[in-house]
Amino acid sequence: MSEDYKEPESVWTSNRFWSRSAGWVTGFSAVLLILLTMDTLGQITMGSAEDLANKVTKRVPSASVINYKVTYEYSAVRGHEVPVIGEKELFFGRNDYSEAEANALLEKGKLTSQAKNCMNCHTLLGNGAYYAPDLTKAWLDPAWQAGGVMQGMTGTTSTDEAMLVFLQNPDKYASHARRMPNLGITPEEAKGLVAFLKQMSSIDTNGFPRNFNKIQGSTQK
Amino acid sequence: MSIATPKYLSQSLAMKYFFVAVVLFGAQLVMGLIAAYQFVNPEFLFNVFNFSTARMVHINALVVWMLYAMIGSAYWMLPEETGIETVGIKLGTLGFYILTLAVTIVVGVYILVQVGPGTEASIWLINEGREYLEAPRWADIGITVVVLIFVYNVFATVMKGKRTGITTVLMADLIALAGLYLAGMFYTSNITMDQFWWWWVIHLWVEATWEVFVGVLIAYGLIKVMHANRQIVEMWLWIEVTMLFGSGILGMGHHYFWIGTPEYWWEIGALFSALEPVPLVGMLVHVIYDMGKHNGKVNNGPAFSWFIVNAFGNFLGAGVWGFMHTLPQINIYTHGSQFTAGHGHLAFYGAYATILIGMMYVAIQRRNGIEEMRSTATSKWAVSLITIGVLGMTVALTLSGYVQAFVERAEYGATWDGYFIAQGATWFTQGIDWRLAMGVVTFLGFLLLVKDLLTIAKRSKALAN
Repeated sequence: MSEDYKEPESVWTSNRFWSRSAGWVTGFSAVLLILLTMDTLGQITMGSAEDLANKVTKRVPSASVINYKVTYEYSAVRGHEVPVIGEKELFFGRNDYSEAEANALLEKGKLTSQAKNCMNCHTLLGNGAYYAPDLTKAWLDPAWQAGGVMQGMTGTTSTDEAMLVFLQNPDKYASHARRMPNLGITPEEAKGLVAFLKQMSSIDTNGFPRNFNKIQGSTQK
Repeated sequence: MSIATPKYLSQSLAMKYFFVAVVLFGAQLVMGLIAAYQFVNPEFLFNVFNFSTARMVHINALVVWMLYAMIGSAYWMLPEETGIETVGIKLGTLGFYILTLAVTIVVGVYILVQVGPGTEASIWLINEGREYLEAPRWADIGITVVVLIFVYNVFATVMKGKRTGITTVLMADLIALAGLYLAGMFYTSNITMDQFWWWWVIHLWVEATWEVFVGVLIAYGLIKVMHANRQIVEMWLWIEVTMLFGSGILGMGHHYFWIGTPEYWWEIGALFSALEPVPLVGMLVHVIYDMGKHNGKVNNGPAFSWFIVNAFGNFLGAGVWGFMHTLPQINIYTHGSQFTAGHGHLAFYGAYATILIGMMYVAIQRRNGIEEMRSTATSKWAVSLITIGVLGMTVALTLSGYVQAFVERAEYGATWDGYFIAQGATWFTQGIDWRLAMGVVTFLGFLLLVKDLLTIAKRSKALAN
C-alpha cells in the first residue's frame, strides 16, 4: 500500500479488501487447478501392452496399439464417436511388436514430428497451424484407405505403406495445389511417424473430430 | 508538475529492450506476410523457405518481442515506482546482451537450418517443434537464466525502495510468469501429456499472467498520462487481478476439451472461460471512467490512443472473439480452424501489442522530458492503419473459419478431402486474399509507427520551443 493510503468508508472501495480477495481467489483457483491436474494426469498416462491384451480401455493407449486394428465408432452411451481397438492387425508386416519396440517407434515418430516442425502447418489434436489437414485421425482417414487417393498415388495397397512412401517424398505426391515440402524424412523416421499417427488415432478425444467420415458423400471417391 | 526524471540506468536498459522489441515486431510482420502470401500462392519459396518456417518465426518473433517489451516496461516503471535505481542493474544489462545474442542465434538457426533429424539433438539445438515454444532447449535454459536475473532485479529493488500496489502485483505476477515457462521444458512421447503441459505455459501466460501484466501497465499508464488517482487505479488493479485469475486459471479447461483429457473439462472450461471476458469489460470501463473523470486531458496523445485501442481491442479480441468459440458445443466445429487464427490475431494485438506500444511512447516522452507530447499525423496514421489492418485480418480469417466449420467439419465430417474442399471454397479463399491485403495495410502502419517512434521526441521538443 502506498504511504498516502486512506482507508475508505465502504468495503467495496477498500484496497485492502480487494487485495485480499485477489489473494484468496487466485489461491483457491490455483489449488483447484492443481487437484484437477493430478486427477487428469492419472487418466492421460499411457496404458500398457497388458491393458490392450486384457481389453482395458485407456484414454491414451500404449504404443503397442500399432499391433491392433483401430476404428472410430459412435457410442450411444457417450453421444459421440470413440476409438475402438479391435483384433490384431499387421503393421509393416508384423503384429507382434514388443512394448519396447513399439515405444521406440513411437519415440522416433514423436521426435521426428517435433524436429520437422509438423505443427507449424498441421494441427495435432486440433492444435497447431491451419495450412494442412488435422492429423488427429489421419490414420483412419478414407483418403489413406483402400480406394483412397493416397494409396492410388503412391502405388501401395495399405495405409502404413502409403504413408511411408508419401512422407519420404511428399512433394512428388501432391493431391492438391498446396503440397507438402520435402523435409528429408528418412525411411526409419517415416516408419516412426506412421506409428505416431496410428497411436494418436487411438486416443480418446471426446469425439473430436465430430462425425468423422460418417456423413454420406463426405469423401470424393 | 514536471515529468522530467533522473536518468536511471534501468530506464536506459528499458529503451534497449524496446528497441529490440520493435525490430522483432517488424520481423514478425515480414514473416506473417510471407506466410499469408504462401496461402495465396503455395509455390512461393516452396522447399526453400516453407510455410512452416515462416509461420514458426512469425509466432516466435511475436512472443519474444512482447516479452522484450514487457521486460522493458518493467525496467522502465521500476525506478519511478520505487524511487530508486534498479538493484543489480549491471547484471540486468548483461542479461539483456546475453538474451539478445541467444535470440539472434535461435532465429538464425530457424531461418538457415529450419529442420533437423528426428533425434533429441534436434530438440536441443535446432527447434523443439512445439508451437510457440519452438526455441531449442539450450535457449530455454538461457532464457530462464536471464529471466531469473530480471526477477531478481525487480524483487531486490522493490524490497529496498518504496512498495506500491502496482509493484506488489508485478512481483507476484512475474514469479508465476517465469515459473510457468518451466512446464514447457521436457520431452514426452505421449502427445496428450505433451499438449496438457504445453497449455500450462501458453494458456496461463496469455489468458492469466500476461493479462495481469497488462493491468499493471494500464494502472501505471493512467497515473502517468492523465494523473489518475493512484488509490482508485490500484483498487481497480486488485479487482482486475481477482477477476482475471478467478476466471483465467480454471478457464484453462477450454483447451482440454479434445486433447485426450477427461470430459469434466467441458463444464469447467465452459463455465470459467465464459467468465473470462468479464474482467476485460471491467478494464474497458475503468479506462473510459478515468478518461471521463479527467475530461480526456492527457499529457501524451499517442500513448493514450494506444491505451484506448487496448481497452477496446482486449475486450473485442480476447473477450468477444474468445467467447464466440469457447463453448464445447461450438468449439467441436471450430477447434483447429482459421477461427482460432482470427481470435489470435485480434487478441494478441488488442490485449498486448497496443499497451506495449503505448508504453514505448510513455518512455520516449519521459526520457526526453517532454511535458506534453501530442500525436503527430504519423502517430494517428500509424495507430489507424495498424488497427484497421488487424481488424480486417481478423474479420477475414473469421469468415474463412466459418467456411471451415460449416463445410469441412459439419458438411464433410473433418476428413482430408473435407479439409481441401473447404480450403478451395470461394468464401474461404476470399477471406485468405483479404487477410493478405489487410496484412499489407498493417505493415504500412508499422513503417509509420517506426518513423513516429524515431522522430516524435524531436518534433515535440521543436514545437515546445
